[in-house]
Amino acid sequence: MKTKIFLITCVFTILSLSAQDKNKNASFSVKGNCGMCKSRIEKAALKVKGVKYANWSPTSKEFNMVFDENTCSIEKVQKAIVKVGHDIDSLIADTTIYDNLPPCCKYRDSKTMDMDHHKKK
Amino acid sequence: MRFFFLVFILFCNQLIFCQLQINGTVVELSEKGEQITLADVNIRWLNSTIGTTSDLNGDFKIPYSKDHQKLVFSYIGFITDTIIANRPNLGKILLHREMELEEVVIKNKVNSIQKSLFSAQNVVNVDSREMLKAACCNLSESFETNPSIDVNISDAVSGAKQVQMLGINSPYLLFTQENMPSIRGASQVYGLSFIPGSWIESIQITKGSGSVLNGFESISGQINTELVKPLTDKKFFLNIYGNNYERYEFNTRYNQKINDKIATGLYVHSNLRDGKIDRNKDNFLDTPISKQLNLMNRWQYANLEKGWVSYLNLQYLTDEKQTGQINFNSEDDKFSNTVWGSEINTERFDISAKLGYVFPKLPYQSFGYQTAYSNHNQNSYYGNKIYNIDHESFYSNIIFNSIIGNTQHKFKTGISFTYDNFDELVNTDSYNRIDNSVGTFLEYTYDSLEKLSLVAGIRVDHSNRLETFITPRLHVRYSLWDKASLRMNIGRGKRAANIFAENQQLFASQRSINIMANMGKIYSLKPEIAWNTGVSFTQKAYLFNRLLDFSIDFYHINFTHQVIVDWENPQEISFYNLDGKSYSNSLQIDLNYEILQNFDIRATYKNYDVKIDYDSATLQKPLQPKNRFFINLNYETPIKYEGRQWRMDLTFNKQGKQRLPNTTTNPTPYQLDEFSKPYTIINTQLTRVFSTKFEAYLGGENIANLIQKQPIISANDPFGSYFDSTITFAPVLGEIYYLGIRYKLN
Repeated sequence: MKTKIFLITCVFTILSLSAQDKNKNASFSVKGNCGMCKSRIEKAALKVKGVKYANWSPTSKEFNMVFDENTCSIEKVQKAIVKVGHDIDSLIADTTIYDNLPPCCKYRDSKTMDMDHHKKK
Repeated sequence: MRFFFLVFILFCNQLIFCQLQINGTVVELSEKGEQITLADVNIRWLNSTIGTTSDLNGDFKIPYSKDHQKLVFSYIGFITDTIIANRPNLGKILLHREMELEEVVIKNKVNSIQKSLFSAQNVVNVDSREMLKAACCNLSESFETNPSIDVNISDAVSGAKQVQMLGINSPYLLFTQENMPSIRGASQVYGLSFIPGSWIESIQITKGSGSVLNGFESISGQINTELVKPLTDKKFFLNIYGNNYERYEFNTRYNQKINDKIATGLYVHSNLRDGKIDRNKDNFLDTPISKQLNLMNRWQYANLEKGWVSYLNLQYLTDEKQTGQINFNSEDDKFSNTVWGSEINTERFDISAKLGYVFPKLPYQSFGYQTAYSNHNQNSYYGNKIYNIDHESFYSNIIFNSIIGNTQHKFKTGISFTYDNFDELVNTDSYNRIDNSVGTFLEYTYDSLEKLSLVAGIRVDHSNRLETFITPRLHVRYSLWDKASLRMNIGRGKRAANIFAENQQLFASQRSINIMANMGKIYSLKPEIAWNTGVSFTQKAYLFNRLLDFSIDFYHINFTHQVIVDWENPQEISFYNLDGKSYSNSLQIDLNYEILQNFDIRATYKNYDVKIDYDSATLQKPLQPKNRFFINLNYETPIKYEGRQWRMDLTFNKQGKQRLPNTTTNPTPYQLDEFSKPYTIINTQLTRVFSTKFEAYLGGENIANLIQKQPIISANDPFGSYFDSTITFAPVLGEIYYLGIRYKLN
């Protein structure tokens, strides 16, 4: 009986391991402004082990990637992106890192956001 | 009398009561520049409450007031304007709309010639706007405003233009059309004039041995042309051109979208040169009489969700040229020994297809298949010499793209196959040859994401004439500092020289042909092998807030094996394998700068040192200027409504002195100097864009009217043994003025 359970667990682990997709697609929204943001975001993502492909669109703010689930996770990539200064939903980048971004990449206080605040008043 | 007095008093009263009125009309300018009257505009005296509004016609009247001098015009959505009312009729008052921030689109002007800082290869991208600057009309002429490529005239009889890169002739340059080898073999000399400029979407010029993907033949570089694509091109395009030498060109394109995935286009080009022109009075036509009809049908399929893209091209061309003595009549005088004439008739058929698939879930992985078939048939005679060539060619290439680990490491691999069947008749000798080769390649691209990127390629080919050989190529880019790139490249190229097709001008002379057999497999000669090494540096910077682009590059091409074309004996042309050294050193310095808003300058200096060990002596390559200067000035007025604009362009091309082939054994009147004199060619163009649909252009080529006075040696005796039209170092045709229109519909 013991061996049976062991075997079944083994089979399940193998199955679940193989269910880990080697070429998993994922996409989420990343805050940013320009072409410089694009290369910074993509570089940060590609440097995470297991990320095969990364693409961020400055117009749609959509980030797409292909990664290996065995060695990498969405959270790891998100952390790496936040670490270079870009907010992802609830993950907020460190202000000291953010402040060091070039002026064109200061997505938090862009003019459009200022105008929105103005209108609310 | 009293009555008159009363009337007078009444009249005066009337004058006093009837106050002076100020009137005018308020208008705005529509986007199209039409005046539209504005009703209900508030008009009042500054710092007062006295006011009125304009009526439905925009007209207003307001009583004059001594206390106030300025009228204020205000209207919602418009900028309030204040005007001094110094006359009774203010005429038309123009109000401007308030700009809304969201409507402002700031467009970064992209230069029509772009040098990338980031690609590992030294690539210059030339877009269709640059094509418009050249007089017209086909690929060879489109390089006249581009300093990377030198355009030379091959001979005084046919006037064909040949291009050079890095100081060596076009056969060493690989031409590709949408990444498939195109102008090869039989079409080497005239092929450039078979691609109409208006079909070209962009050109990529790569200096240094190109990518292994496109084969092993490229030695000096690669020129790729992208044609317009039916899915993205304008619906309809029409271009008509005419010049003062009775040259007429007609270009049209029509594209039809069948659905959002399939589109087809029909492209037509035809040209006619009707004028019998002999300005230099040597009894020979300065430019051939010619006719060309060129038709292309393209099909494009793109299904981006499924990842499939495909192209199918069908092209048919017929080209007829007649040249020679002015009174030559092809029907009566063909092969005569009294009147010298020449006819070059070409018929060509091309079919090519491409199929590409991008894995939808893996955007970095794709495969592609390219295939092309062409049949080129040229029948020609030059005086009583005959040259016919029939070239049938088949090409096929399979490419697979993917990554290793992540997109920092990309690779391309595949298999290619080429088949060429040449059937040549040179006077009475016929040369038949079948070349086929099969090869495999691997190209690896590394991007450090920071400073370093490189492309390393290798291919192994087996050819029935070139044996089995390896072609390695390497391109490296390194960013030294901000906006600066340093590039290096090294690569090998190998090819079979098609000695007659590439040097067709030899037939327009009385030179005898001498092939020094060397137990080789190509006209009994051995193939050509060269190594190309190069370094280039590009720096972009902002000077007074305007972009400055500086680059310097140096290339060294070293032939280990070459087929030497020896023109040094005026009675003979010899082909033999190199015994000794043959190299080309070329230096190019470019400076591009926007001096004023929309006013650009491009300046280039080029220095060439091309030396060949001939059998007789070590000499500089003939007809190759050591120094060249190039300056291009371009001004565009700001674009107004409906795209209205003026564009001006001025190009100076200075060629230094050129060594001329040896003619010392000729009798004195048929001898040339050792060197030609330096000269400058000036081209200019003015374009008026009337609307996004219609534009007209006027231009002049060689407006300083610089010509080679005696382009043909012994023109008075074309059947004598000294006749030679191959030593052409300057234009034969003088100043050319042209006029053209373009009409397009989206």
